[in-house]
Amino acid sequence: MGELKLMKGNEALAEAAIRYGADAYFGYPITPQSEVIEYLSEQNPYERTGMVVLQAESELAAINMVYGAGASGKRVMTSSSSPGVCLKQEGLAYIAGAEIPCVFADVVRGGPGLGTIQPSQADYFQNTKGGGNGDYRNIVLAPASVQEMCDFVALGFELAFKYRMAACILSDGAIGQMMEKVVLPDQKPRMTDEEIKAKYPWAINGRKNGTQHRIITSLDLDSAKMEEHNIHLQKKYKEVEEKEVRYEMIDCDDAEYVFVAYGSSARIAQKSVQLGRAAGMKVGLLRPITLWPYPTKAIDALIKKGVKGFLSVELSCGQMIEDVRLACNGRVKAEHFGRVGGIIHTPEEVLEAMKKQIIGE
Amino acid sequence: MTEEIIIAGFGGQGVLSMGKILAYSGIMEGKEVSWMPSYGPEMRGGTANVTVIVSDERVCSPILNAFDTAVILNQQSLDKFESKVKPGGYLLYDPNGITKKPTRKDIHIYTIEGAQLASDMGNSKVFNMIILGAFLKLRPIIDDKNVEEGLRHSLPERAHKLIPLNMEAVKVGKDNVKQA
Repeated sequence: MGELKLMKGNEALAEAAIRYGADAYFGYPITPQSEVIEYLSEQNPYERTGMVVLQAESELAAINMVYGAGASGKRVMTSSSSPGVCLKQEGLAYIAGAEIPCVFADVVRGGPGLGTIQPSQADYFQNTKGGGNGDYRNIVLAPASVQEMCDFVALGFELAFKYRMAACILSDGAIGQMMEKVVLPDQKPRMTDEEIKAKYPWAINGRKNGTQHRIITSLDLDSAKMEEHNIHLQKKYKEVEEKEVRYEMIDCDDAEYVFVAYGSSARIAQKSVQLGRAAGMKVGLLRPITLWPYPTKAIDALIKKGVKGFLSVELSCGQMIEDVRLACNGRVKAEHFGRVGGIIHTPEEVLEAMKKQIIGE
Repeated sequence: MTEEIIIAGFGGQGVLSMGKILAYSGIMEGKEVSWMPSYGPEMRGGTANVTVIVSDERVCSPILNAFDTAVILNQQSLDKFESKVKPGGYLLYDPNGITKKPTRKDIHIYTIEGAQLASDMGNSKVFNMIILGAFLKLRPIIDDKNVEEGLRHSLPERAHKLIPLNMEAVKVGKDNVKQA
């Protein structure tokens, strides 16, 4: 077992980057995730593992540093919060086009615009539907605990390199700022340049001894080649959809009504399930862990097992509900409930919404 | 065992760090814990509160609307959280600065003269540890030796010499909690 600590989600994310052998972090501070770069700066990762940590002059600079370093096969990470992630979208579209693996975290705050610094989950569309231009996807992982803020750094890098694409850790101000017990992994070594050369034949890390030159770009003016490239990307996304869906079901075995919630809302809805069960209601919770690819088949399976309705619980005005409804395809009732603007719904409110909107008094 | 606690007061009173020490002590006791602050843009003099949960089971919601115990350190917090204590639960407050006392009859209400006792000890900074001691007297969920371990883990090494003083403050808190 690794080291046991009480940490904030943001700190666990930062410590995990060091321990899982990240080569670089480029970022720009913004509440509620400034602890990430603060913690990294304090920890001297360069002395611990040789990891480079740099505060860029802006979010745009940070994401383009990720593009450059990621193109050389290094494990690179960035993080920000909602308005900062908007600024990174151009870079993320380029990263998707150029097929560069990387991990980025969005510790979501209320919007639109500068909004508020309090927790929110209103960046679901931005991250799962592609905030930049073109037909592309990012893998989106939704941690619901400080432990998962740590663990998903490893999972994010694993998936990012497996599919040569960006993996997003979609957190929120509550998970980022709360402290919980976390078991930290032992220090993993960073990959050596030789290992990177041997493992990633696409990486650009110096042309020597007559090797073929490699190109990393998102630009191709030859339409036929660009179409071929897009078909290739879609084939890759299809494979991710088939193989990488992750979710957790809580008390769903005999459930008639199911909450669908991720991240901090999943934690709250889990308490609503306890309160509902104590009152004799057959309620359960489906917690998507990957928001893209979405656990559409899990919802389908629940309907086939007899679930009569779903309540999508999000700290937004209703974003994930669209994916829940697509999965339901009109067969059963699916509604949204959520508080916004930095206000966090209580377990009692969530249970009440299930009674009113789905079950009916 | 699950103890759901809200600690609320002014920024600068050590509300958040008291919660952190409580949570770390819970870990040392072998419990599951969560620490959820609500401070946002607040600063010294503003309101600050933290929800701490200590449990034998995995903690589900770190954000709650009803508490087993409320530890209240100013009037605004009393106004806000008195009604959020579960029936049969505990409300512990420092009467310093309280003009409207709590009125509920279905909960256990206790006081601790934290500000006065800290001043008597000659160190206003141990205020929050006195409060923690009073809380632990009412809700003995964590052993003293684990509180000491919790302090060791949550304080930076340069402050470890202050651990005996902090434990003394915990004892002062335990000895001076009174039924209201």
